[in-house]
Amino acid sequence: MAPTGGDAAYVGKRTLRVEDPRLLTGTGTYVDDIVRPGMLHACFVRSPMARARVLGIDVSEALQLDGVHAVFVASDLNPGVHEQWYTLNGRDNPDTPRPPLAEDEVRFVGDPVAMVVATDRYIAEDAAELVVVDYEPLPPVVDYATALDSAESVHADRPDNLVGRLGGRPMADLDPVFERAPHVVSQTLYQQSHGPVPMETRGIVAEYAAAGGEMTIWAATQSPHEVRSFCARLLGIAEHRVRVVMRDTGGGFGQKVLPQREDMCVMLAAARLPAALKWIEDRQEHLLAAGQARHEHGEARMALDDDGGILAATLDHVQDAGAYPTPSPVQSGIAVGMLFPGPYRIPEGTFSSRFVFSNTSGRVAYRGPWQYESMARETLLDTAARQLGLDPVELRRRNMLSREELPTANFNGMPYDHISPRETFEQALTMLDYEAFRREQVRAREQGRYLGVGTCTYVEPTAGATPFHATEGATIRIEPSGKVNVYVAGGSCGNSLETTVVQLTADSLGVAIEDVSTVQGDTAVTPYGAGTGGSRSGPMTAGAIAGTAGELRERIRAIAAHRLEVPVEEVEFVRGRAWAKGRPGEAGLTLAEIADIAYYQVHALPPGVPAGLEASGRYHTPHLMIWANATHVCTCEVDVVTGEVKLLRYIVSEDCGPMINPSVVEGQIFGGTVQGIGGALYEHLAYDDDGNPISTTFMDYLLPTATEVPVIEVGHVETPSPGPGGYKGVGEGGAIGSAPAVVNAVADALAPLGVRISRLPLTPSSVVGFVEEARTRQAVTL
Amino acid sequence: MADVDTVDTIEIHVRVNGTSRRETVRPRLTLADFLRVNCGLTGTHLGCEHGVCGACTVLLDGEAVRACLVFAVQANDAEVTTVEGLTGPDGQLSTVQAAFREHHGLQCGFCTPGFVVSVTAFLAENPKPTDEEIREALTGNLCRCTGYQGIVNAVRAAADTAGTAVTEGPA
Repeated sequence: MAPTGGDAAYVGKRTLRVEDPRLLTGTGTYVDDIVRPGMLHACFVRSPMARARVLGIDVSEALQLDGVHAVFVASDLNPGVHEQWYTLNGRDNPDTPRPPLAEDEVRFVGDPVAMVVATDRYIAEDAAELVVVDYEPLPPVVDYATALDSAESVHADRPDNLVGRLGGRPMADLDPVFERAPHVVSQTLYQQSHGPVPMETRGIVAEYAAAGGEMTIWAATQSPHEVRSFCARLLGIAEHRVRVVMRDTGGGFGQKVLPQREDMCVMLAAARLPAALKWIEDRQEHLLAAGQARHEHGEARMALDDDGGILAATLDHVQDAGAYPTPSPVQSGIAVGMLFPGPYRIPEGTFSSRFVFSNTSGRVAYRGPWQYESMARETLLDTAARQLGLDPVELRRRNMLSREELPTANFNGMPYDHISPRETFEQALTMLDYEAFRREQVRAREQGRYLGVGTCTYVEPTAGATPFHATEGATIRIEPSGKVNVYVAGGSCGNSLETTVVQLTADSLGVAIEDVSTVQGDTAVTPYGAGTGGSRSGPMTAGAIAGTAGELRERIRAIAAHRLEVPVEEVEFVRGRAWAKGRPGEAGLTLAEIADIAYYQVHALPPGVPAGLEASGRYHTPHLMIWANATHVCTCEVDVVTGEVKLLRYIVSEDCGPMINPSVVEGQIFGGTVQGIGGALYEHLAYDDDGNPISTTFMDYLLPTATEVPVIEVGHVETPSPGPGGYKGVGEGGAIGSAPAVVNAVADALAPLGVRISRLPLTPSSVVGFVEEARTRQAVTL
Repeated sequence: MADVDTVDTIEIHVRVNGTSRRETVRPRLTLADFLRVNCGLTGTHLGCEHGVCGACTVLLDGEAVRACLVFAVQANDAEVTTVEGLTGPDGQLSTVQAAFREHHGLQCGFCTPGFVVSVTAFLAENPKPTDEEIREALTGNLCRCTGYQGIVNAVRAAADTAGTAVTEGPA
């Protein structure tokens, strides 16, 4: 769909961001910048044990401290829960437990057991130290991988620690194919716990006006409307009595897509406090209790023929849910298995996924939450290539889908169309000059240096049409002066959604971009929307704006035609000015003049055209999902003595359809890619055997810095989607493709040593360990 | 009962972004909280409160420091410049701020004030850095959105712009 203005003046351009002036000058408004009269501050008392019975809590000393307003424990807050469920999950679907504060048992280190409320955070922290909790230690279930066989239970009502299981056809169905296949390759790869870790931690301010029964919440969130719905249900108050406001949120990446237990505590407590209550998580709390992701493993298998053609593939997948996942992983977790076939011709296969409780921080969404499908498949393909003596690129070429084969469906029935896996693959390899790299690698090996190259090609469903996500609204108000305000739900956490919306609106209406402003993130004034997540904001808001702007544009042209006394079809409207076709030199009408008619000269409106210049519309996507795809290619050098991995070149070839703003698209790719690099090499929310977290500061939880990351080169292949504007989502992909490409590059570098990678991340010590293990294995074999 | 907050308060005198302030503070108040809460300068952000992420970087007598690791009392008689103080009187962006905008050097913007302040100090000290020096200089600040690519490009551009302004004249 072309922009309705027929004048793509801004879409497709590197428009400077409208968010930037305030953010660059320190005048943005993040949740911690909110100050309310008499505002109180919360600090949580958290469990120091992975699992223990709570025998008693003594808050008396804490309450005596000057400035302490209240200390809440589970028996104070938890009975206030009216209803507790996420819209995405639905009221009646199975869910996992989610008590605001821990009741009789704590289930991970960081589990909140009490909440102190004081006049400032310093005093709240002092008081938290004075709360005495009597714990009786219980044996924890630390390792999710063995939790199914543990005699201990994380939740007593789930004795086997199984949250749930999902799968395709029975694995045994595939036995005949695997038995007859000339080649079978199999491997199990353990991915470590890590997470979104936005630079702004979690935070919320809740203020309840008891007299009017109104709750106002300022939150760091990706979805202000979901916070509103959740709060209304939680407290049993009407949805329109809750207002949620967010202006700037300092990164989300899935972390802030849903309210969590601490948010529940703040909402419940605020309803009984005389002033606003603020909770700003500190970084240690964040690394203890904000959640973990990607902690999983799977046995991946492929059957291949003698030419390297894939005959079948299976994945037996297990994922850590932690103690209190947000939300239950069972619904969304199916994506790992469903997407496991990726962009390859695989005639048949199946998967099984199990989600398992452990006494650790709960699973949360993280940018491309199903990423393990790519990790399992792409590393297995490289292993298969080595086993068959084929170049991994050649093996992929023999099996990868190209545009000509579409539409098609993978063996789980996922319908693929409007994608270009093979095209991105070839583009990325050309950008690298793959053959030249292989020659360089040979020369380096002769000098005792270990260079490697890895690839990952994936397909990704964006803008998925779950009932929660299937619509998006926009309201456009052309003010009496002709200036334009566009209202969308928002939830931007760095996604540049304000700039995107302004660009789309300027083109769709046909006005100058300087004349468009946007209001987002305030549930009192914007249309309902699911927020940012699932790479949905680009396509969905484009649909909402195109429809709404199209309606207004027709009214603008009708008013202009009436005043200019020409038929509507003869009215041009470009850049905020209307004139009769073929007579651009004659005096036309500016949008300000048209708005003046619409608001103040209502009698002069043409028949049937309503007063004012304001419209609301809601886009309902007819597409189950919109597919995007990309190939990541990475080269590296590994120092086999120190175990250091140095990334040399990094290339992404991406197909997100036409770009609304290339700078925003590339920024999403760069950022996602570096998160994946962090996941492959550095980041680890590690626990010791007793369930004590051992990476609770940024000195232990290592985020990539500017010196670890390579320059990322981006190539584009453009296959329009069937959705609005041909756009596709682009938020998550970078974080899906990068970690498998890096792991493959390291494995390729170390292939001459016979190294087999079975655990992540690839820290220096783990790389040295794999090298030593390979040497030992080969010495034994010899 | 232990009450660590009853220690005597201390009067300090600080110049913040050119304005003199005389305040009575508790000795344990961090400079970051002093700026954010007492001065209402919320551009200084707290990302870790243990001196790693650099989001709270401010200039203390011209030198970049982490405001979460400095007590307000340590800024007594000092000149503090925050990100708000780098902007021109009419809100015009500094060279560094403008370069960040031009090169998509920010997304969520939370780490951005720390980067802008750090880079301002870095370029004052090293006006003609190599690309490697730029990346090295940025390792004291964490960003989770940009992958650093836009930031590195912005610093390069800011250095080149500033260098051009200083060195280029009518030949």
